[in-house]
Amino acid sequence: MRPTRWILPCCLATSLIAASSVALGAEASSDKLVMAVKAVGHNAQGNAAAAAAVAELSQASVDTLPRLLAAIDDANPLAANLLAGAVEAICDRQLAGGGKLPVAVLEKYVLDTAHQARSRRLAYELLLRVDASAADRLIPGLLNDVGLEFRRDAVARLITAGEADAKAEKADAAKATFAKALTAARDLDQVKLLAEKLKQLGSPIDLPTHFGLVLEWQAIGPFDNTDMKSFDTVYPPEEKVDLTASYPGPPGANGKPTQLRWKPVYSSEDLGLVDLNKGLTKANDVVGYVACQFDSDKEQDVDLRLATVNANKIWLNGKLLAVNEVYHAGNEFDQYVAAGRLKKGPNVILLKILQNKQPETWAQDWSFQFRVCDKIGTAVLAKNRPPRRPATTGEQASAAALR
Amino acid sequence: MDSLRFQAKEFAARDQRLTKALLDKPAVAPQRRWVRERFAMALSLSLLAGLASGADWLHFRGSDTSGVSTEAGLPTTWSATENVAWQTALPGRGVSSPIVVGGKVIVTSSSGFRDDKLHVVCVDAGSGQIEWHRQFWATGRSLHHPTSSNAAPSPTSDGRRVYAFFSSNDLVCIDLDGTVRWVRGLTYDFPTAVNDVGMSSSPVVVDDTVIVQVECKGDSFSTGIDAKTGETHWQLPRLKEMNWCSPALMPLGDGRQAVLLQSPDRLTAHDPRTGKELWAHVEACSSIPSATADKNLVLVPAAGLTALRAGASGTPEVLWKENRLAPGNSSPVTHGERVYVINRGGVLVAGNLSDGDVAAQLRLGGSFWATPIVAGDHLYAANEAGVTYVVKLGDKPEIVAKNELGEPVLGTPAVGGGALFIRSDGNLWKIAGGK
Repeated sequence: MRPTRWILPCCLATSLIAASSVALGAEASSDKLVMAVKAVGHNAQGNAAAAAAVAELSQASVDTLPRLLAAIDDANPLAANLLAGAVEAICDRQLAGGGKLPVAVLEKYVLDTAHQARSRRLAYELLLRVDASAADRLIPGLLNDVGLEFRRDAVARLITAGEADAKAEKADAAKATFAKALTAARDLDQVKLLAEKLKQLGSPIDLPTHFGLVLEWQAIGPFDNTDMKSFDTVYPPEEKVDLTASYPGPPGANGKPTQLRWKPVYSSEDLGLVDLNKGLTKANDVVGYVACQFDSDKEQDVDLRLATVNANKIWLNGKLLAVNEVYHAGNEFDQYVAAGRLKKGPNVILLKILQNKQPETWAQDWSFQFRVCDKIGTAVLAKNRPPRRPATTGEQASAAALR
Repeated sequence: MDSLRFQAKEFAARDQRLTKALLDKPAVAPQRRWVRERFAMALSLSLLAGLASGADWLHFRGSDTSGVSTEAGLPTTWSATENVAWQTALPGRGVSSPIVVGGKVIVTSSSGFRDDKLHVVCVDAGSGQIEWHRQFWATGRSLHHPTSSNAAPSPTSDGRRVYAFFSSNDLVCIDLDGTVRWVRGLTYDFPTAVNDVGMSSSPVVVDDTVIVQVECKGDSFSTGIDAKTGETHWQLPRLKEMNWCSPALMPLGDGRQAVLLQSPDRLTAHDPRTGKELWAHVEACSSIPSATADKNLVLVPAAGLTALRAGASGTPEVLWKENRLAPGNSSPVTHGERVYVINRGGVLVAGNLSDGDVAAQLRLGGSFWATPIVAGDHLYAANEAGVTYVVKLGDKPEIVAKNELGEPVLGTPAVGGGALFIRSDGNLWKIAGGK
């Protein structure tokens, strides 16, 4: 064989090996940098190394985007933000230099549900920078995505489509479109809007059921919370939920001792607000407990979501899941979220709702709203969920959730 | 721009070398060491002052947090079409103020149904083009009153980097070229540091320390964070009450500055670097409008408005209190011998700095969240509806213009390079003459 016949293939092979080594080397290097970023933690732990790594990663090529995006999936919230910063810097530099973003790679990433919603959403936003048509192409298919932002965008499109149907007096089509949107909708504003539209079209829906709001409770109180000192006081219901028990309460208006007993309270409101001023007694400096039995058809992870202007604690089957010692600083749907695991069969949910003694009129609320749902807000309904009561002026219920 | 960055690096390197040379000496007597430290600090300050151009507006209420610009000749009239050099659409919405750093305007906003997507946007002051835009996911709680936004606190800068803070207690540091340096999640670190009404205290960076007030009914504190690394220099517990006041700077007369921290139960002055309390004025203070310093005179919203004569130590002397000078939501601003406040009724009230007597009143109109600013002889006061009143100051202040942008304005305007930068709900506007 003449030397020239094998020199060329050898050179090519060497070049390929060298190129792949460089690529592998670059990968290994960026992996090390990613690890440095992921090591960042509470109280600025690892900040210096992470800052240096982010600066270096920000200079990387667009080829690293999928790996950096994927690294966001299991990064802690701080590291995820640093990695996102590097991803955006890479794309900025690429576009400023007249380069292109890897559209097909990004689109594939968006649709790959093996990745977390936040990194997929970041990929989607990068994609939109260079391909505005991606929204039309991708969003309708993401109606039932685990990513709430994708889902919201898809629901918004259906709302627009349903409104167009309604305007064209295609009531059945509008109803079907709104119903489809409602099934996917998880955000309060969209659900309320769709419920209203369906109601106008003669198809009212039950909002508490859609959200998984718990309306029926057993309540006991008031226990003393003078000077807000009872947040950590263990009153008997915290030791055992015994609906037949009674406990000494604070002196009544006549100064005589009182005995506290469990009694049913409920909400007939669309958003399930339970008013303890009505259900127990209107008072300040007090503690109330509410409990319900929640029968689950299987063992499952759930979110226990509470909204209240009052200080609170949440227990599931005797396990304390959340403590929020905050009075009168906002009241929003899904304000407090506690992760819990339901066992198959009966579960006991216990809430401690504490009222203080602020003089302002807006600080007199002693109430709460509570729901059980999955991680993205899909209702998880109890097998023993009682039928919804019609709105009445009655404050007391004859039936109880605890059966 | 590049030369500014180069300058910044050079100054930083010089600063580091000189400080190191001064401080890395063998152990010295405490007094001598104190003198050296103070000298190094003064040197740092003067170098930093070199970085901060007169055209910059580095913090909420400007580079000295007084709300007073050294620039004059700004436009007094504009509308959505007149004297608008450019208008740039911002992602999401926000109520924070813009800052101006080396020809860049930095502004924050937030978006998403849960308002948990945080944005820091850098806009070229000349063209209005977005130079870079960084997004972050909130690590803390993002709930707030509907009027507000997760982007309620204004960003701050030392001329080298930008530090953006959000209601979710996320603090991010970004180089002026858009490279993310570090992030802190103060609710991530302190889970009960939460205010579901929303946080809005704007941080200030001074002496290489980012000073942040995180005051609420849970974990309540003020902290000084290393501007370079994000590490905590100091942290002080504060009253466990909701508080929306912002740190303010007070000159100490020797090149150094103290930082004023106003809480519902007191106003305290601190060494920015160490957090050491220099003095305290214990009195119920407002939790929304913030104190303003005019040389050694501190005007604190307490008992209406209280004037203190304060220094680097010792209990401040109370000069006067005037209930009729109680500000509404916006903070006081001084000009000449007067202090100006906008009260809850939308009336601009002028008081004498010497004795607190009310010298003049002028009815503006609407509800004011933005703090009025002063440039030249004019005061600019933007109300919530997006109407900016331009008031000619003097013995008898008078409204010379009433300018409408047609969008809500809750953030305090910024001044830089002969222009006014106004942040409305969804846009950033550059108001400049001759356009």
